[in-house]
Amino acid sequence: MKLDSKIPQGEMAKKWSNYKANQKLVNPANKRKLDIIVVGTGLAGASAAASFGEMGFNVKNFTIQDSPRRAHSIAAQGGINAAKNYPNDGDSVHRLFYDTVKGGDYRAREANVHRLAEVSNDIIDQCVAQGVPFAREYGGLLDNRSFGGAQVSRTFYAKGQTGQQLLIGAYQALMRQVNAGTVDLYTRTEIVDIVMVDGKARGVIARDLVTGKFQRHFGHAVVLATGGYGNAFFLSTNAMGSNGSAAIKAYQKGAAFANPCFAQIHPTCIPVHGEFQSKLTLMSESLRNDGRIWVPAKKEDAEAIRAGKLKPTEIAEENRDYYLERRYPAFGNLVPRDVASRAAKERCDAGFGVGTTGLAVYLDFKSSIERLGEDAIRARYGNLFQMYEKIVDDNPYETPMMIYPAIHYTMGGIWVDYELQTSVPGLFAAGEANFSDHGANRLGASALMQGLADGYFVLPYTIQNYLADDISTPRMTGEEKEFVDAENEAKAKFEKLMAIKGERSVDSIHKELGLVMWDFVGMARNKEGLEQAIEKIANIKKEFYSNVRIPGSGEGMNVELEKASRLADFIDIGDLMARDALNREESCGGHFREEYQTEEGEAMRQDDKFAYAACWEYKGEDKAPEMHKEDLTFEVVKVAQRNYK
Amino acid sequence: MENNISLTLKVWRQNGPKDKGRFETYKLETVSVDSSFLEMMDVLNEQLINEGKEPVAFDHDCREGICGMCSLYINGRPHGPDDDVTTCQLHMRKFKDGETITIEPWRSAGFPVIKDLIVNRNAFDTIIASGGYTSISTGGVPDANAIPISKIDADEAMDAASCIGCGACVATCKNGSAMLFVSAKVSHLALLPQGQVEAARRAKNMVAKMDELGFGNCTNTGACEVECPKGVSISNIARLNREFLKAKLAD
Repeated sequence: MKLDSKIPQGEMAKKWSNYKANQKLVNPANKRKLDIIVVGTGLAGASAAASFGEMGFNVKNFTIQDSPRRAHSIAAQGGINAAKNYPNDGDSVHRLFYDTVKGGDYRAREANVHRLAEVSNDIIDQCVAQGVPFAREYGGLLDNRSFGGAQVSRTFYAKGQTGQQLLIGAYQALMRQVNAGTVDLYTRTEIVDIVMVDGKARGVIARDLVTGKFQRHFGHAVVLATGGYGNAFFLSTNAMGSNGSAAIKAYQKGAAFANPCFAQIHPTCIPVHGEFQSKLTLMSESLRNDGRIWVPAKKEDAEAIRAGKLKPTEIAEENRDYYLERRYPAFGNLVPRDVASRAAKERCDAGFGVGTTGLAVYLDFKSSIERLGEDAIRARYGNLFQMYEKIVDDNPYETPMMIYPAIHYTMGGIWVDYELQTSVPGLFAAGEANFSDHGANRLGASALMQGLADGYFVLPYTIQNYLADDISTPRMTGEEKEFVDAENEAKAKFEKLMAIKGERSVDSIHKELGLVMWDFVGMARNKEGLEQAIEKIANIKKEFYSNVRIPGSGEGMNVELEKASRLADFIDIGDLMARDALNREESCGGHFREEYQTEEGEAMRQDDKFAYAACWEYKGEDKAPEMHKEDLTFEVVKVAQRNYK
Repeated sequence: MENNISLTLKVWRQNGPKDKGRFETYKLETVSVDSSFLEMMDVLNEQLINEGKEPVAFDHDCREGICGMCSLYINGRPHGPDDDVTTCQLHMRKFKDGETITIEPWRSAGFPVIKDLIVNRNAFDTIIASGGYTSISTGGVPDANAIPISKIDADEAMDAASCIGCGACVATCKNGSAMLFVSAKVSHLALLPQGQVEAARRAKNMVAKMDELGFGNCTNTGACEVECPKGVSISNIARLNREFLKAKLAD
């Protein structure tokens, strides 16, 4: 496998301009002859599909939900970063670029990140023009807030519903193109395979989730914008339907899967309450602007709280340990997510955790309410406080919230070059589905930025550079052998699942996988545990293929069958994550190997050995994948141990 | 756990759009009061699968009240007996031990049933496609701070834009009207200078599309506002009526 990152020549700040100045374009008459398939309707998918349609391409856009507006980007709460420097506090494209590379613990590709920072400002302009109701000051201009890993306020927000508003903006742009006839929308339709013709991605096999029927779709190019694979852990902040299946299909067709072990564990989620729990709810990182994180300083107080004999409000100020402020005075409660998560785990493991399980810490708004008043806090976070109260039945205006880390986002994903093209020609990946911009840890409010950057301002350029050579390629009908074979293969896989007729529900096996992932491939990993995990996942795979029970038939709507086919792919992803984590003998960002830590318990990178993206190549069913390296070189950023003290 | 309740569930089962459908009764012995309503449905489905029966199909996704996918009609109320929540945010502590709970899909001419509790809400997308946007393409837009917008208007636009498109307003309306949904979008955009440019055209096109798709008329009962999980105000309907009238008068 040859991995060419295709980083343009020239100095960092000029690479993207140089690329655009020299790339190939497709003229308007030829755009009409070209079809693009976009899988997914989240921020990356909807913005790409809308933009392609506006440019004059023919677009087919797929979503598993009943409407494009349901994609999980909708649930992002806190905000979106941009280097506007409206607050005049020292921000710039360079600083956003630098913070993102540093926040990612020096495991991202510099050139991609610089481009991301460059287009960040265009995104805000675009969204405002669409009518996204960002928060404003009384003077009528846009307001900003600060987020983890940055010392400037560069985050634009719309209450605690920024993802919703940005997605609705992209969705509306998309629906405008549906109305104009440039985009054909396929709702409740899932991609089950990618069709290869002469070594290029030329289409997809889709399954209509309402009828159970298979469809063949041709495209001159295929874009995967299918999100992350955090649901391999069963419990995560992802939506129930979020899945890694399209990514795994791409991997099985020859696309390298990069850094699968880089998963983000978000520090501020509502703790687990019981075995019937289906998902974990995130409380936005923006809460760390005004909330202070603490646990009792005395073990006996923590024990009394766990036993229900003491309330957090009864603990005097001097008996509270604001451990983030103590350990990281410069960034305090706004350290990056990976650092905050590990610090919470450290305190809980040491016996200072609260809640009935001892796996929780406090996020306290008392001093902010005293300083700013309850109304100001309500205006900033009202919907989050309401959400917390509905779930936990506790009033966070009066008593501190309880939070604990949970799986939230996957920085790893399908390997892409500078053009967002995978190692399969004609197959592109955008948004969380690709690996390129966040390294080993994503900073808050950067996921929305990356999804929209890829869809609005990167792919509309780079995909033309590919399609320019395809203007005389005629449309295929779907009757070609490659399409027929791919459909038959996909059908056989679903028939195989239906034929198992075992004893166990899909969820029961998924929960078993999730526990193995959390225990051995979670917040702290080690060699022995990861080796065990690989073995356990192999056993779960055997159990799944011999003992899963899927009621009903393959005809018509069958939710259990959908879940089973996604779980089959999560099992493969879990295996890949464990292998990658085992290979990476260092700690960096969200990947913490217990063997590699400083005396103070901070992550210790091994730059001489692991300054590369680990790109895994599929070698066949039940064969070990092969790892290829994309070496990361840093021309601009000075590589150092991250210091938030 | 001491915080468990037992329940009797009367659940609407329907194999497909053309099937007549019927209620089935199920018993659940142990449901944690800390569970969400959908987690209770998960427990029911796990039980059904273990008994070799087909689980109940229902729509859900984010399970944090924002995607708008969940759509259960519980004891005669869309999203059940709690205010300002979606079904996924409804918790079992709102129910009593031994209670019988009736669970139905949204029932409205505009939302035909697909299976069990799942309905087809594509009509909402079609209404948005008829004009629920600003007609601008990617790129070439002015700086985000070029046009100051009063905080009051921006906040009001945000409140209207917080609609999640779940359809509870339609499901609860005796006329099956989509006026709250349409008015929320018309208001969101009409309140902002970027959306005012084509406000008249938008109001006319969206109302015409809503009528064409078979949604009923608004008779100001206010049920939609009561059941809206996001508290979208009925004052948006007044604004839509004004925008619509202005557009018609200008014709």
